[in-house]
Amino acid sequence: MMDTLEREPNVLRPESGDDLREVIGKAAATGTRLRLRGGGSKDGVGASAADASIIDMRGFSGIVDYAPSELVLTAGAGTPLSHIMSALASEGQALAFDPFDHGPLFGKPAGTATLGGIVAANVSGPRRLSRGAARDHVLGFSAVSGRGERFIAGGKVVKNVTGYDLPKLIAGSWGRLAALTEVTLKVLPSPRTSAILRVHGLAPPAAVAVMARAMGSSAEVCAARHIPAHFPGTPHGAAVTELLLEGFPESVDARLASLSALLRDEGEGAAVECLCGEAGRGWDALDLLASTPEGASVWRISVRPSKAAQVVVRLEQGGASWTMDCAGGLIWAVVADHSQNIREISESAGGNAMLMRGPQSLRQSVAAMRVLSPAVAALEQRVRRAFDPAGVFETGRF
Amino acid sequence: MTLRMPAPDLAVIDRRDEIAVALARIVSPGSVIADAERLRVYESDGLTAYRQPPMLVVLPETVEQVSQILAYCHAEGIKVVPRGAGTSLSGGALPLADAVLVSMAKFNRVLSVDFTDRLAVVQPGVTNLAVTQAVEAENFYYAPDPSSQIACTIGGNVAENSGGVHCLKYGLTTNNVLAVEVVLMDGQLARFGDGTLDSAGLDLLGIIVGSEGLLGVVTEVTVRILPRPETARALLIGFPTVVDAGQCVADVIAAGIIPAGMEMMDRLAIRAAEAFVQVGYPLDVDALLIVELDGPEVECLLLSSQIERIALANGAMNCRISQDEDERLTFWKGRKAAFPAVGRLAPDYYCMDGTIPRGRLPEVLDRMAQLSREYGLEVANVFHAGDGNLHPLILYDGNRPGELDRAEAFGSDILRLCVEVGGVLTGEHGVGVEKRDLMPTMFSEIDLAHQQRLKCAFDPQLLLNPGKVFPQLRRCAELGRVHVHNGQTRFPDLPRF
Repeated sequence: MMDTLEREPNVLRPESGDDLREVIGKAAATGTRLRLRGGGSKDGVGASAADASIIDMRGFSGIVDYAPSELVLTAGAGTPLSHIMSALASEGQALAFDPFDHGPLFGKPAGTATLGGIVAANVSGPRRLSRGAARDHVLGFSAVSGRGERFIAGGKVVKNVTGYDLPKLIAGSWGRLAALTEVTLKVLPSPRTSAILRVHGLAPPAAVAVMARAMGSSAEVCAARHIPAHFPGTPHGAAVTELLLEGFPESVDARLASLSALLRDEGEGAAVECLCGEAGRGWDALDLLASTPEGASVWRISVRPSKAAQVVVRLEQGGASWTMDCAGGLIWAVVADHSQNIREISESAGGNAMLMRGPQSLRQSVAAMRVLSPAVAALEQRVRRAFDPAGVFETGRF
Repeated sequence: MTLRMPAPDLAVIDRRDEIAVALARIVSPGSVIADAERLRVYESDGLTAYRQPPMLVVLPETVEQVSQILAYCHAEGIKVVPRGAGTSLSGGALPLADAVLVSMAKFNRVLSVDFTDRLAVVQPGVTNLAVTQAVEAENFYYAPDPSSQIACTIGGNVAENSGGVHCLKYGLTTNNVLAVEVVLMDGQLARFGDGTLDSAGLDLLGIIVGSEGLLGVVTEVTVRILPRPETARALLIGFPTVVDAGQCVADVIAAGIIPAGMEMMDRLAIRAAEAFVQVGYPLDVDALLIVELDGPEVECLLLSSQIERIALANGAMNCRISQDEDERLTFWKGRKAAFPAVGRLAPDYYCMDGTIPRGRLPEVLDRMAQLSREYGLEVANVFHAGDGNLHPLILYDGNRPGELDRAEAFGSDILRLCVEVGGVLTGEHGVGVEKRDLMPTMFSEIDLAHQQRLKCAFDPQLLLNPGKVFPQLRRCAELGRVHVHNGQTRFPDLPRF
């Protein structure tokens, strides 16, 4: 049976696929809107209608099957990410993508994010650059669609092209097509060691050029970011550009050497420093962002690296702070002046911006995601209706 | 041919001449093919057991022409089958008697290459290998490498989500495509993905890749390009049994090593390959493993000696490590010639493509041997061992009455077996017509209805590449009315085709 939490009367907590089917089927019949929630780490994204009932998915918790040598893990969608990561770590493995917990961005403790939430939001951290996003490594799932029907898609092996690739569609659908109950993911051995090559004092165009050069080399750079000198809370006195290498120790050493040599030759004379051991462990997606002023909005801008320098110039002109990740392919903008048109700046450079965090008033007036072209928007609408004809999952959040 | 395709619409076939005239108005002169002899060129793809000349072939050369062709066919209710190079092994490009075949062969240009953004924008008719050739001067390459890469096109790779021997480390097509431009069946142009890492909205790009030409005609593809690894090195390892070889693969992965490729061949495949190309494969072994490592020289050296130790601990009878590029390519030569080599053992062979959890390999091979005896047909096995993707090659003689049917029945049993042990029907070749009727072994009617409704969102009249992927012909309006009672569906009894 389902728990109905006393303090939050409109939170339902289904414990089984049948429970969930019943809840969604009833909602479809009565015109109720449902908001799917795992750990609530991304509650602050978008603006959901207040009348939506919340379905707490944490009843679908636990690892169902984990075969390290098959590189596959199946777990309940409500399983905490931290639980998955420690189970994998005990076998020397990790998820094939680089997940992170959004909680700290919204002043919440880390550790509440669930696997289902990570997949539904297609989360991926700095290693997105080399390893792909969550969407690249979701192999299969079970879910209940907005029709109140249980269905599966994909498979439980690492290579599969049977039928439409619904796992891609589910990843990043933000709970608007179906309620995930179980997810199968590809996992990989954890790298044995890592190191960071840090270049000091580059201006944005030079930083993008250095990151592109590094990414185009055979040094197998795993992540690349640039933090300007003025970014709030940066511990560095000057701008730093960081290149992360991971792998077997002998390999990391060799690549570190070849990359240093490359940057010495082409790095415009900038100072280069190698960070190994604890200092070379890479960075967290939110390490710089979680401590930004609460009232400031945080935008996640995806852009081609070749356009990154022009975007940050415009951000600065409007007074926004920014930092680049993914070799310039991702810009985090921290914006105090909410009249600044971040979306226009991003889209005029061929990219797109997502409002990740912002005050309620801003979220009510600005859509979290970019508006699509009419043809694609109409198609998206038909796809959503295919899974959710009654609009059960349409809470107006986006 | 045992498989039934949808009954042709005779009213459309009657209008063939009029349709040819209408299409000729859209494209440049000579770009509509209507004479029987030239239509025969298109009658099959890589799945040669199935043949059907198309009603007409049209070869557009601009996106605008593709859009007009589809808009016309949409308005007139005419079916369309898109085609790249026609190398599909699952019948994805098999023509229909009442359909216009749209060949994308003239879309053969690399539009732009950007080394800062590490991407290339290409037209769909560019071959897979030509993408690499366009960027290799700068020491870049395009990672997915299906065996047909000399001939197969990127548009076809997108449709089939093609793989290759390096998937475990570098992913399939879907992991290497950043954006596509597509003409939908009603002629509308749509772009999915914007060439950045994460686009806004639903991941329709992810759905287009692998949709087997059922959702739209791809007119432009943006692919990720990667810097060439510094070096590559291969090991050639012989084992007394496939069980030992399988354990070696598991132990390599357990040691935290993800090689660029791990290929296994069984005794029959080894012997056939060696007889064909004489590269010095050991003939006293039951399983041969080729393990390829790529990356920095020091890493390849380190890991190759580690893998050698793992192999010897698993009873390897011999183990060679390539000492130079020539030797590495020699190791691969036999594997790459395995299909034609096996093809010399019998007049015909039928290539299967299931994926299994690797741990079930010994059991699957045992049962396959048993089926081989029951059907009286030999089977050779090549295997992308790293990701569990099996390619059993069933030997038969199509000139002997009933033997093709028997080969197909044997193949279907193998695929059912793959699903039974927790695997899937196809790892990289696609469902097409070939595995269409086996879909219910993996998916329930409800599962399939969820996929088919997606098709309806793109192409409600089901005009684009019909008869592929889905086992039942069910109109979109009927899918919408499916009722659910206590978890059971009541579907109207519609004919299977």
